[in-house]
Amino acid sequence: MNRAAGQRQRADLDAIVRWVGEGSRVLDLGCGDGHLLTRLQRHKRVEGYGVDFDIDSVTQCVAAGINVIQSDLERGLSGFGDQAFDHVILSHTLQAMHSTERIVREMLRVGREGIVSFPNFGYWRHRWQVIRGRMPVSEDLPYQWFDTPNIHLCTLRDFELFCQQHGVHILERLVLTENRPVSSMHNLLGATALYRIEALR
Amino acid sequence: MDDPRPAPAVTARTLGVVTPQTARFDQPLTLRSGAVLESYDLVYETYGTLDAEGSNAVLICHALSGTHHVAGLSVADDPKTAGWWDNMVGPGKPIDTDHFFVVGVNNLGGCHGSTGPSSIDPRTGKPWGADFPLVAVIDWVHAQARLADRLGVKVWAAVVGGSLGGMQAMRWAITFPERVRNAVVVAAAPYLTAQNIAFNDVARQAILTDPDFHGGHFYEHGVVPTRGLRLARMLGHITYLSDDVMAEKFGRMLRGNDLKFGFDVEFEIESYLRYQGDKFAGYFDANTYLIMTKALDYFDPAREAGGDLAAVLARATARFLVVSFTSDWRFSPARSREIVDALLAARRPVAYAEIDSPNGHDAFLMTDAHYHNVMRAHFARIVAEAR
Repeated sequence: MNRAAGQRQRADLDAIVRWVGEGSRVLDLGCGDGHLLTRLQRHKRVEGYGVDFDIDSVTQCVAAGINVIQSDLERGLSGFGDQAFDHVILSHTLQAMHSTERIVREMLRVGREGIVSFPNFGYWRHRWQVIRGRMPVSEDLPYQWFDTPNIHLCTLRDFELFCQQHGVHILERLVLTENRPVSSMHNLLGATALYRIEALR
Repeated sequence: MDDPRPAPAVTARTLGVVTPQTARFDQPLTLRSGAVLESYDLVYETYGTLDAEGSNAVLICHALSGTHHVAGLSVADDPKTAGWWDNMVGPGKPIDTDHFFVVGVNNLGGCHGSTGPSSIDPRTGKPWGADFPLVAVIDWVHAQARLADRLGVKVWAAVVGGSLGGMQAMRWAITFPERVRNAVVVAAAPYLTAQNIAFNDVARQAILTDPDFHGGHFYEHGVVPTRGLRLARMLGHITYLSDDVMAEKFGRMLRGNDLKFGFDVEFEIESYLRYQGDKFAGYFDANTYLIMTKALDYFDPAREAGGDLAAVLARATARFLVVSFTSDWRFSPARSREIVDALLAARRPVAYAEIDSPNGHDAFLMTDAHYHNVMRAHFARIVAEAR
C-alpha cells in the first residue's frame, strides 16, 4: 500500500498519535512496515493491528512484532467484527483506492471512529501546476501522472461533500502544510488533511 | 531413554546425520475416545541445544504422513534421507538451530517407531492392528507434553506445524496456554469441511475394502493392503496439488508417443500418481493412515464452546503466526482466515500471511522466498524478544 507521501508528513503521524486514545484498540489500514503502530504502541500502549496487501510489508511487521493481517483492502474488511476497534486509520491511502465508498463504509462499521488523511488536491501549489498545464508533483503527490498509484485524488471540499452524502459525521479536522497547521483558507493553503470521522447514527 | 538432553549433532552449516531416540512412557494416557493406552513409546529427534532456562525449544508437529525426522540426514551424505522440513529447520534456516532447540516427534498411532497399530500390543503379544484406539489431536498434544516434561521443556518458544501439524499447534495453544509462547499454524483449518471429510472417507474406504486389509489385522496374514493404500495416497496427492501446477507439470503429456487405447499408464499424470501411490504403499501403514485421517476429521476445538472458535482461542496466550497459500484448495486461505478472524475477535496477537504460490497444499513443504522470509522474521523476533 502506498505510504510514501504519508511517511514524509511527520506532523500527520504526530496528529494521529495525539488523536488515538491511551490503551485503545487500533486498526491501521495500509500499515506498511508498521511504523505508525510501533509509535502508537510505544506512546499510547494501544492494542494495534495492521492490514497490508504487500507480503514484504507483512514480513516487516512480523519482524517488528506488530500484529498484521495480509489482506486486500479493496475487498473490504470482512472478517473484522462490527465496532471491534476504537480507531480505524487510513493514512494517505484513500486516494489510492478503487473502492472509496466501500472502504469508508467498512472503516466505520469496524471502528467506532475513523481517522483519514490524504493529500489535498486543492492545495494552491497543485492548482498552480494544473493552471500551468501540468499534473501536480509535490512533497505530498510525489508521483508522475504515469506512475502514480493515486487514482481518486480529491480536495477538502470534495471529501467533506462526500461525507455529507454518505452519512459520515466529521468530528475533527486538521489541515497541515509543511508540518504546520493551517488556520485559514484551508482548501487553498492546506497540503494535507486529516479527519476524525464517525458514522451518523 | 538415557539422556534427556542429548548433545546436538551440529556440523558446519548442516545438521549432518541425526539419530532418532525413543522415550518410553509407563504412565497411562487416557485418550479423547475414553480408551486408555497403558504405556507407549515416542520416537523423536532433536536439533540444536536447549538453553539453561529451557526457553528456546521449538516443537515441530507433523502432518498426515510426516515423521519425527524433520531435518538433517538419516544416512551420511545421502540427501535423499533429509528430513521432511529440512529447508525450514537447520543452522541458518528460518527456524534456526543455532538459536533454537528443535524437537520433531512421531505421533501416537504412527508407523515410524512411536507406538501405533503396527506395534505389538503387550496384552496379546501380537500387533495392535485395528485394535489400536483412535487417537485425536488433543491426545497427541498430551503425549507431546509428557515428552516436553521429559526433555526439560517447560514452555515452548514455539509450537509449529503445517496442515494437521498446524492443528496440533492450535490445540497446544488452547490446551496448554502457559506452555506456548508462539503458535505457528501453516496451511491449516479450524475444522474439516464436509468436502474434506468426504475425501478422507474415500481414502479410508479404499483401504477398508481392500481384501488384504483383513479388518485391520493384515499383519498376521503376512500381507499389506497395498491397493487400498495406493489409492488413498493417489487421491490425497490430487488434493495436495493445485490444478495449475498439475497442468504445468503434466498437462496432457503422454508417456509414449501415441494413445494406446488401453488402461495402462498413458498420461504422465497417471504415471506420477501411480508412482507416488506405490512408493507410499511400500512404507506407510494402512491402519496409521486410517487413524491420521480420523484425527483430522475429529479436530474441531470450537465444539467445546458450542462452535464459537473465538471463545476457545481466547484461552490461548500465544502470539500466532498463521500462513496460507493462495492455490491451496485442501485448506484454502479462507480456512486460515477463519482462524485469524477468531483470533481477532478474541483479541489475541496474530500475524497472517497469505503467500502467493501455485503449489497448492504442498506449498507448506516447499522453498518459497516470501514464505520463508515471514517464518524467518517471526523466529528472529522470538530470538530478539528472548534477549
